[in-house]
Amino acid sequence: MQKLLLVTSLFITAGLVTPGLAPSAAHADSASAVAGKMQVLPDGEAIYRHVCQSCHMPDGKGAVGAGAQFPALAGNPKLKSAEYPAYVVLNGFGGMPWFAGLLNDQQVANVVNYVRTHFGNHYTDALKPEDVSEMRPHLSVEEE
Amino acid sequence: MPHAHPPTAPTRRQLLTRIGTLAGSAALYQAMTTLGHAMGTDFRGPPQLSGAKPGTRVLVLGAGLAGMLSAYELRKAGYKVQILEFQSRSGGRNISLRGGDTVKELGGATQKVGFAAGNYINPGPWRIPYHHQGLLHYCREFGVQLEPFIELNHNSWLHSTGAFGGKAVRYRELASDFNGFTAELLAKAIDQHKLDELVPEEERAHLREAMHSWGALNKDMAYTKGNTSSLRRGFEKPQGGGIDGAPVPSDLFARKDVMQSGLWNWMAFHERLDMQTTMFQPVGGMDQIGKGFTRQVKDLITLNCKVSSIHQDDRGVTVTYTDTAHGDAVRQAQADYCVCTIPLSVLSQLDVQVTAGMKAAIAAVPYASSVKMGMEFKRRFWEEDDQIYGGISFTDQQISQISYPSNGIFSKGPAVLLGGYMFGPAAYDFAGMTPEERIQRALDQGMAIHPQYRKEFSNGVSFAWSRVPWTLGCCSMWTEEARKTHYKTLCAVDNRLVLAGEHASYVGCWQEGAILSALDAVTRLHKRALGAA
Repeated sequence: MQKLLLVTSLFITAGLVTPGLAPSAAHADSASAVAGKMQVLPDGEAIYRHVCQSCHMPDGKGAVGAGAQFPALAGNPKLKSAEYPAYVVLNGFGGMPWFAGLLNDQQVANVVNYVRTHFGNHYTDALKPEDVSEMRPHLSVEEE
Repeated sequence: MPHAHPPTAPTRRQLLTRIGTLAGSAALYQAMTTLGHAMGTDFRGPPQLSGAKPGTRVLVLGAGLAGMLSAYELRKAGYKVQILEFQSRSGGRNISLRGGDTVKELGGATQKVGFAAGNYINPGPWRIPYHHQGLLHYCREFGVQLEPFIELNHNSWLHSTGAFGGKAVRYRELASDFNGFTAELLAKAIDQHKLDELVPEEERAHLREAMHSWGALNKDMAYTKGNTSSLRRGFEKPQGGGIDGAPVPSDLFARKDVMQSGLWNWMAFHERLDMQTTMFQPVGGMDQIGKGFTRQVKDLITLNCKVSSIHQDDRGVTVTYTDTAHGDAVRQAQADYCVCTIPLSVLSQLDVQVTAGMKAAIAAVPYASSVKMGMEFKRRFWEEDDQIYGGISFTDQQISQISYPSNGIFSKGPAVLLGGYMFGPAAYDFAGMTPEERIQRALDQGMAIHPQYRKEFSNGVSFAWSRVPWTLGCCSMWTEEARKTHYKTLCAVDNRLVLAGEHASYVGCWQEGAILSALDAVTRLHKRALGAA
């Protein structure tokens, strides 16, 4: 199932979103030695639909598995501060992958702002790309 | 004189035969490795544990390959072993889907697999490198029959929406032209003295000759249309017999199109050690391995146990779980030691009593998202129309690849291919779709390579690993930073608990990682139990 990570690895090392083909360190039984194309993700909703909802579900209510869960974003008090979801998106959390390499500052701000104003959330303070920039971690996928 | 001539040094083969006779196959393997013959993962044979203190109990969590192998070796060593498994089946991520199976995913979508009898798809692991000697050892020991898995097929398709007008080209055409043009450039550079400063004269001569041979160049050191290049890339009119048998060579691609295409990435893909021939698959589906392991430890496994907490103290380990087969009764299991193979994506959310360092390590490893598509077609059009027998076609579209079955070649009737295998952005996107949307998307994209796709399609199933309740993802994804900080802690025996699985290995996302991790974990746990560490 093998890194799978191809895609991720590229983007992460580069620190920005690179379009097109790129060879990379495929991890293990990698699906692809060439990074697939990134969806066009012009706004927060597009990012949510094409990335986040694969785990947090289309309605933002998450899901419960084997004694573990994908947390709900709907009505989640941890969204009170915009920095918290931004931190999690950039760094990952537990089994959740980090997206620091896949999403640029504007995109991280967009998706955080989207989540904090949808699914029953009504926070009015918006996160700015500059705020995200300061939080950006250094993470690199292992060379395989 | 006893020796008129000094004895000649034994040949390597003679030496190996002698070592093999004298010391048995383990020593032979060691010697072969030293002499550079066998080269694989660092599997050095089964662990040969023995002498457990009578009555010592070990609880194994998870009946995947790591859990079942741990149980197998620990029981052989003399431990009293019990395995708790969340699912109503054993095997873990070693799984195959067949007609009649049901796939239920987080979010509620349910798919019923509609494949014809005998057909299957492996939604998890699907191929085994020849050098994964740990897994292969136990396949042999447990009677799992293997057959070749076809990885590289020169007649498969390479496709990029931005290259060759969006038309797929054959691997052999692209590879021949890439090699030919590259060789020609290098030969020209030598002849025009542009490499004089970089390469000594004698080496230049060898390099020039190598380019002639490797690139299929003509006597003028050019890669041109003709029989020589067509014997690599294929003819316009193939060689025949009789009066009109003369072949017609094919046109070459334009060099700039080859270089711009990016399709050479797929040539490099097969060169990775992990993808080199010979690869294997079990006869009848990857789950034959899980079944082979299950046969060894079936009597130790309790299914339908949802673990909620793992506690330990100086006297032992207590695991609390819900028995989902018996009215969700909450039960406890106790043992002296515990081998935990629960994926970290789940384990990080359970109540686990370990050191702070171990807790941090368990929470430090994200899981990749991956999606696979199993699609059944009414006939093997890829064989009948395209002469593609096994192997993989690649595309820069989301599905990334189409892999044709290595088994059942030339058979009539419906067959299943892998209609998409995704990680990264494409996997996130596909996992977020409904199963119906995934199939439609895969059909649309497959049409760019196989125009017969929609006409011949019968039914399909998708497997989105991030929506699997018992893994919440496909497999571990270490960063360099996390590996440096947490890996050794993750692998260490934490009082009475040790972790095992692909996540606790450097062969992540492969079954071999689970095997090697389990062998190392039980070996160290055994030492600990004997009071040696």
